[in-house]
Amino acid sequence: MIDAAVATELARIVTPRYVRTAEAERATYAMDALTVHRRTPGVVVLPGSREELIAVVRLLARHELSFVPRGAGTGLSGGALASEDAVLVVLTRLNRILEVDRRNRRAVVEPGVVNQRLSAAAAPYGLLYAPDPSSQSACTIGGNVAENAGGPHCLKYGVTANHVLALEVVLADGRVVELGSPGGEPWGPDLAGLFVGSEGNFGLATRITVRLLPVPRAVRTLLADFTSVSSAGTAVSAVIASGIVPAALEMMDHSCIQAVEDSVYAAGYPRDAAAVLLVELDGRAEEAVETETATVVEILRDHGARSVRTAAEPRERERLWLGRKKAFGALGRLSRDLVVQDAVVPRSALPAVLEAIGAIGRRYDLTVSNVFHAGDGNLHPNISFDARIPGLQARVEAASGEMMEACIAAGGTVTGEHGIGLDKLRYMPRLFDADSLAAMRSVRRVFDPSERVNPGKVIPVHACREWHRGTGRVA
Amino acid sequence: MKVIERVRALLGPDAVLEDGGATDGVPRIAPASPDAVALLLGAVRDEGWRVRVEGAGTWMPADAPADLALTTRRLDRLPSIQPQDLAATAEAGIGCDQLRQQLADHGTWLPLDAPGLAGRTLGSVVATATAGPLRHGFGPVRDHVVGVTFVTGDGRMVQSGGRVMKNVAGYDLTKLQAGGFGAFGVIVLVHLRLRALPRVDQTHVLAGSREDLSRVAEDIAGAGLTLAALELLSPALARRDRWVLAVRLAGSAALVAAEEAALRGVTGGLFATLRAEEAHAFWMRASEAFATRPVSFRVGGLPASTDDLLDLVQHQVGDEWLAASPGVGVLRWAGDAGADRLRRLRRALAVQEAPLTIERAPWMLRRAVGHFGAYREGVGPLVAGLRQTFDPGHTIAAPVEGDDAAD
Repeated sequence: MIDAAVATELARIVTPRYVRTAEAERATYAMDALTVHRRTPGVVVLPGSREELIAVVRLLARHELSFVPRGAGTGLSGGALASEDAVLVVLTRLNRILEVDRRNRRAVVEPGVVNQRLSAAAAPYGLLYAPDPSSQSACTIGGNVAENAGGPHCLKYGVTANHVLALEVVLADGRVVELGSPGGEPWGPDLAGLFVGSEGNFGLATRITVRLLPVPRAVRTLLADFTSVSSAGTAVSAVIASGIVPAALEMMDHSCIQAVEDSVYAAGYPRDAAAVLLVELDGRAEEAVETETATVVEILRDHGARSVRTAAEPRERERLWLGRKKAFGALGRLSRDLVVQDAVVPRSALPAVLEAIGAIGRRYDLTVSNVFHAGDGNLHPNISFDARIPGLQARVEAASGEMMEACIAAGGTVTGEHGIGLDKLRYMPRLFDADSLAAMRSVRRVFDPSERVNPGKVIPVHACREWHRGTGRVA
Repeated sequence: MKVIERVRALLGPDAVLEDGGATDGVPRIAPASPDAVALLLGAVRDEGWRVRVEGAGTWMPADAPADLALTTRRLDRLPSIQPQDLAATAEAGIGCDQLRQQLADHGTWLPLDAPGLAGRTLGSVVATATAGPLRHGFGPVRDHVVGVTFVTGDGRMVQSGGRVMKNVAGYDLTKLQAGGFGAFGVIVLVHLRLRALPRVDQTHVLAGSREDLSRVAEDIAGAGLTLAALELLSPALARRDRWVLAVRLAGSAALVAAEEAALRGVTGGLFATLRAEEAHAFWMRASEAFATRPVSFRVGGLPASTDDLLDLVQHQVGDEWLAASPGVGVLRWAGDAGADRLRRLRRALAVQEAPLTIERAPWMLRRAVGHFGAYREGVGPLVAGLRQTFDPGHTIAAPVEGDDAAD
């Protein structure tokens, strides 16, 4: 439990209105978007400015208290949960877009800026912020940085790490450092690159400088439907191998299509399809995009597409995308609980891995829906279930574990964009040996020697080999 | 036991490439596998030796004082290439020319045209983060590397990232290695993100005064063309009597045709198109020139400040061997300059928030000014902590800060 005196001191910094101590208030923050993990923070504080945030971190350092940074709480790994002995630092009030620099195609934002708001602010200048997670209407840039978030259009444009140029960071002890430079060239080793994706363990970003891209003038969105998941997977590999880099290449399976079509997000996906591919091509020149689109249509047809439909006008394109981006929400129709998984496999392994995931779901008698970034090989098997049914959650966990094992066995990894958080800790020793895990932990301790920021996430401490800094040898 | 005897006992006689008698007295050891690198560095630490890391010996001068030189030149295999996944794993000592050829045989391409001679190793390119003109279209070195395996200064093997295209499992130590100049260990394996070999690859050039070409470059960048490279080269680099603005287009036939037409539209058809062999020679000569001067550095600023940065560099150290990518705000300079002059330039650039990184220089100069020089406030202790983590005995000669760190 957090001492009441700490809450009082926090209130002096941010005013009492922005400190939550009542149980009902704190319970609001007990989950992120992966609802299988629950932890109630000891205190919740919502600083309203960079200065308040730094003062809060320094206060917590003086009291040697653990704390957890949190954005909009849309994460899918239990990464932004704090326990009773920790303070949850919510950054949603730091939501100012400080600068949009048209000439240099960059923007400076506070961490609580909502992803979609940044692109909206850049749009009048003919620019956009490329990483577009499905939760972009709610998730924050600070959270995107912490998780190295992706999104459908990262296939062509890269993930968050490719778009972060510089960061101002407050470390666990309250020191403020600047990483990277306004142009993106590191000032020394690439510590900004190292910071992105560190899930809050290295500190809190207070200001984030990101790269913006020109809005493409020509866009073509295709919907291809297949009578088998396997042939859709093969088509994905064929498109990638052709040398054309689509802006996005997404897949949804039959179960997901049904959920979307039954929801308010119905996009007109063919209900009898085993899988659909949503393919987007974009660029500056109409004629080039048109020619590449024709080539992709041919590849899709050659690999078993029953039909390929091109969105005729922007409204249809938006509708097709709305169905995809709201698919996770639509899956809520299937059952009251949902586990969203995240794994990456080599693209050529997609057909076999999808087959394996389907078999695991059938063996455990679970409803598994797939909606994912096929072009990157980034899978999201989703398991719908009712946690109130005794024993069912354990079955879901066992099935999830087998699915992750299948992805690892195919040469893949257990997360492409959601992060390790709490949820994937158990798989880390399957991916990294004890020395590699110990090295990561040692790096974390450089930034946060007492491991107070977001404790218990990312690195399973028990699996690390002891790494004696200074003497160098392992125990 | 003498260094050479210990190494022979540890790795076998074949690992000793030179016993040091014929060169500077420093034995040159060439481990044949990542495990052998780990064994060697473990022994180096136990004995309290100091090691300098070398690739093919074509980029960084082999002049750092050391008890032995570890060369990666026998780590020259391409253990895995998956053209269908556009992914490959290469050992760090593979030459860029060999790598390029083997990838092309599989219809794939690594869009990294690092400065230096053709046989420069991949490990050297990654460790120094020296991207070439293709950075404009395809990003810096780190964007092409999805994972690395490296050996710490005390002989531990560490994996980072993976072989798939997206991966956020664990901290991204790969970013630390790309551009770490060996300060955080020796890279032994590199997992690469590839592209399909472009169907069409064209280079268009325009000669003129630097001022005129800068304006043209600004027009091109402003038009949002999809270019592989947009590079401004000094007359010596371009081997012309005037500055040259070079545009490279690479991709599908449709894409290149559309961008070529747009380029013509923006610039009024001023550019001349090079034949394929001319284009190859043009880029290769410019690239190799950076390996023939004693010092090479890069500067990274805002794209709109490229002209100012060029002025600054020209004023302080001259502009004979100078190139700039105006679209991304990166400059590369080669020539001869002393420590004081580089320090002055670095300070002047710092005012414009443009870091200067020494990419290549004799040991004494690297030692004096460091690859990076002094860090920004509060960053020095972080870098020191990371070095202590990965090279606790300071076994590897990597003067990243130089003597200026005390500033």
